[in-house]
Amino acid sequence: MTELTDLTLADARDALARKKFSAVELTEAHIRAIEQAKVLNAFILETPEKARAMAAQSDERIARGAARPLDGIPLGIKDLYCTEGVATTAASRILEGFVPPYESTVTANLWRDGAVMLGKLNLDEFAMGSSNETSFYGPVISPWRRAGAETPLVPGGSSGGSAAAVAAGLCFGATATDTGGSIRQPAAFTGTVGIKPTYGRCSRWGIVAFASSLDQAGPIARNVRDAAILLRSMAGHDPKDTTSVDAPVPDYEASVGRSIKGLRIGIPKEYRIDGMPAEIEALWQQGIEWMKAAGATIAEISLPHTRYALPAYYIVAPAEASSNLARYDGVRYGLRVPGKDMVELYENTRAAGFGKEVRRRILIGTYVLSAGYYDAYYVRAQKIRTLIKRDFETAFADGVDAILTPATPSAAFGLGEKGSADPVEMYLNDIFTVTVNMAGLPGIAVPAGTSAEGLPLGLQLIGRAFDEETLFAVAHVIEQSAPKVALPPRWWV
Amino acid sequence: MNSHAKPEKLIKGATGDFEVVIGLEVHAQVTSRAKLFSGAATEFGSEPNANVSLVDAAMPGMLPVINEECVAQAIRTGLGLNAKINLRSVFDRKNYFYPDLPQGYQISQYKSPIVGEGVVTVDVSPTEQIEVGIERLHLEQDAGKSLHDQSPTESFVDLNRSGVALMEIVSKPDMRSADEARAYVTKLRTILRYLGTCDGNMEQGSLRADVNVSVRRPGEPFGTRCEIKNVNSIRFIGQAIEVEARRQIGILEDGGKIDQETRLFDPVRGETRSMRSKEEAHDYRYFPDPDLLPLEFDQAYVDALAGYLPELPDAKKARFMKDYGLPAYDAGVLVADKETADYFEAAVKHGSKPRDPKLVANWVTGDVAAYANSLGLPVAQTHIAPAQIAGLVDLISDGTISGKIAKDVLAIVIGEDKDGDPRAIVEARGMRQVTDTGAIAAAVDAIISANPDKVAQAKAKPTMLGWFVGQVMKQTGGKANPQAVNELLKEKLGI
Repeated sequence: MTELTDLTLADARDALARKKFSAVELTEAHIRAIEQAKVLNAFILETPEKARAMAAQSDERIARGAARPLDGIPLGIKDLYCTEGVATTAASRILEGFVPPYESTVTANLWRDGAVMLGKLNLDEFAMGSSNETSFYGPVISPWRRAGAETPLVPGGSSGGSAAAVAAGLCFGATATDTGGSIRQPAAFTGTVGIKPTYGRCSRWGIVAFASSLDQAGPIARNVRDAAILLRSMAGHDPKDTTSVDAPVPDYEASVGRSIKGLRIGIPKEYRIDGMPAEIEALWQQGIEWMKAAGATIAEISLPHTRYALPAYYIVAPAEASSNLARYDGVRYGLRVPGKDMVELYENTRAAGFGKEVRRRILIGTYVLSAGYYDAYYVRAQKIRTLIKRDFETAFADGVDAILTPATPSAAFGLGEKGSADPVEMYLNDIFTVTVNMAGLPGIAVPAGTSAEGLPLGLQLIGRAFDEETLFAVAHVIEQSAPKVALPPRWWV
Repeated sequence: MNSHAKPEKLIKGATGDFEVVIGLEVHAQVTSRAKLFSGAATEFGSEPNANVSLVDAAMPGMLPVINEECVAQAIRTGLGLNAKINLRSVFDRKNYFYPDLPQGYQISQYKSPIVGEGVVTVDVSPTEQIEVGIERLHLEQDAGKSLHDQSPTESFVDLNRSGVALMEIVSKPDMRSADEARAYVTKLRTILRYLGTCDGNMEQGSLRADVNVSVRRPGEPFGTRCEIKNVNSIRFIGQAIEVEARRQIGILEDGGKIDQETRLFDPVRGETRSMRSKEEAHDYRYFPDPDLLPLEFDQAYVDALAGYLPELPDAKKARFMKDYGLPAYDAGVLVADKETADYFEAAVKHGSKPRDPKLVANWVTGDVAAYANSLGLPVAQTHIAPAQIAGLVDLISDGTISGKIAKDVLAIVIGEDKDGDPRAIVEARGMRQVTDTGAIAAAVDAIISANPDKVAQAKAKPTMLGWFVGQVMKQTGGKANPQAVNELLKEKLGI
């Protein structure tokens, strides 16, 4: 028989309801899988006892016919979400020893619906990175390998632990966050589905902030339906986050399988970038054909300010980060490295507590907000942001229902292969994803094929604000049309 | 405004006259139960760190949520300052590191404040009124407090104040003397107290001022200013301005120039000291707080708040002058404290009997105020009830007692018979004024016949009358109607 961990979330949910196995059995299977996969370094902290207790409660509810939407479903939580009584690190040394006395709204929503917490997943430090190599707790190794090779590959980032754990069968789904592509790029690298919902769809309360105007929570799961199920539980208005939106959360699962006949799919010509690998170009073209085959019409569109998005993003995000990370000062919680006076305590603590990439972004952010540079950098970047938003508004006003693009400019790369000499090389990973954050729109990455080396490749769909349903419907068509991408072979066992 | 220097305001230097130019940034703590962006209490005097929420301590992932009551208070204050209310304003982050600033930034309003330009009319003296322009009012968070005296090796941080809402009220540089600045802060405090938007307790730090001072020769452009930080009493504001103006004049007269800098006032030494120069000034890296949407409300909301605004001091003063016929001075003194004004009105209106408002005002601002001062209390907080003052005034007006006896009655109310009705006190103690001319005449006759020499003097020097009045009052135990005594004496002495 198939292993329990190989099931989809939806199948496991239905089987639990039919009492084919218990939530405790399901959880034990995942705890064993996690034990065997330590080499992937996907988890920063495992919480098996908590998982067993939560699973037992789920079994109890299922037994008395009071099952909740996610009862007994084992999930991994990106360690950027604060979890009550469970250490939360943001993969940074500066939060050493920090145990939140509160639960983030999104995880609280998942527990409300009966989900089971397996532990805290690795990520790039403070979600700053595209390969999960900036984590203080070491890089995550992708469960994927190039055909016939053993070179360790990155799972992408910043939600690298989330993507790797889902792809490796360590959990049915995982929470993730996306500031510039941190859900969609790792999903594309690992053959999983990741959706960054509209800004304001999920509460940011209790999620360690990176760049407040861009950060958004979302799930990574093994298929489109599972992602839809998870997002429904995660989303919702939260009075504790004034940027969260008070709008009803639809039953996203219902849109999975919906026909896309007659929808207009926009193809932005500006995403055809120089030096794009032929296999990415071919994948995109294949996606267009699938759309046509499903009865959608294709429209060439223009998003003229796309080329400014990445530079503008790398001004706005570090600016906000430099301010958001000021609270890590060694005074109240986390790491403290003493000094002879207050200033030295700050300097010692922050020098020891933050890794190189975080320090780099704090410096960039501080610089672009400084007197004399603010107008030249921050103000102009915000203007570009407005123009990018307008590009999308124009496209959607012209009748486009969703926009199809590649998710990443390449397949996953090897550990240590990129960005060590030039950080911009790493930043270029986000070229197709940052525009979506800058515009606050929903975007989903869905597996669509494999590279010549046998690695997963993904396509991205961008939707209207708060129209995640169309994204699930279209993504499901791609999922159904694409050749099945199997889970990677378990070389680590 | 104030382009022509007023000679009487000028400060004499060794080389000629100087004009001092003052602008104030007043930080007023908003009266509200909860903080600006968190639900924590704002109570004064709690145990350290008793009123601290996760947001105030800047725990990871915490987000600010605007307290609507603080917004309403800022709007009310703006209306009270006759200022423009901005229907859209923006919260910015002011970034700097300090142990009592947990977020590493203060949420404030930089480019788009909630309240714009306004104006305050200020009584500098009974005869002089000036107008002080308001530049803006914005909402911001207070910081916590560092405690350096708890341990020889460590500092402690108390976050009770962290996140408490402040209104920063920035004036235009419209004041030209320490007296004007003092009068402005006094008036501002009165307005805030009337509105109930700030309790104005400077001892508790609810009201503090940054004082900007520069000097110039009359007619010249503004000089370089120095900012004196965090002055926490009206008296110190006046002193700080005077010593700072003198310091600057001294430098200029010695041929030096003023450096723009931030200074501290030391009330013990009576001097200001440099805190940091312009070069050392922080770069606050202001930018719009991405955790908060712009603050927006409509005119109808402002109008609704305006509809419930209490009568403000200027309007009340005008009404007291018009309705009660009070002189401007009396009206001004009464309205300076809302409770005193209410006290006065309660005394005037007590019962159904009309009474002379001026007489009531005299008692309230005279003997009652003196008694209250001796206790360090405002008039309305003494035990003397407005009804008792009304009773006292009625007794004087209907001739039952003289003004002098009334003082004795008040002394009894203050002392042994706190709840006593003045009329009952007068009756019980036989303090009624003698208006029976027969009895008074008998006393007058007795004095005249006993003092023939004085009678002769009085005929030559009519001011001797006072001596006779005194003797008669003494003999009648002070109860004789002074008017009747005067008339009878004049008649009998033939003067």
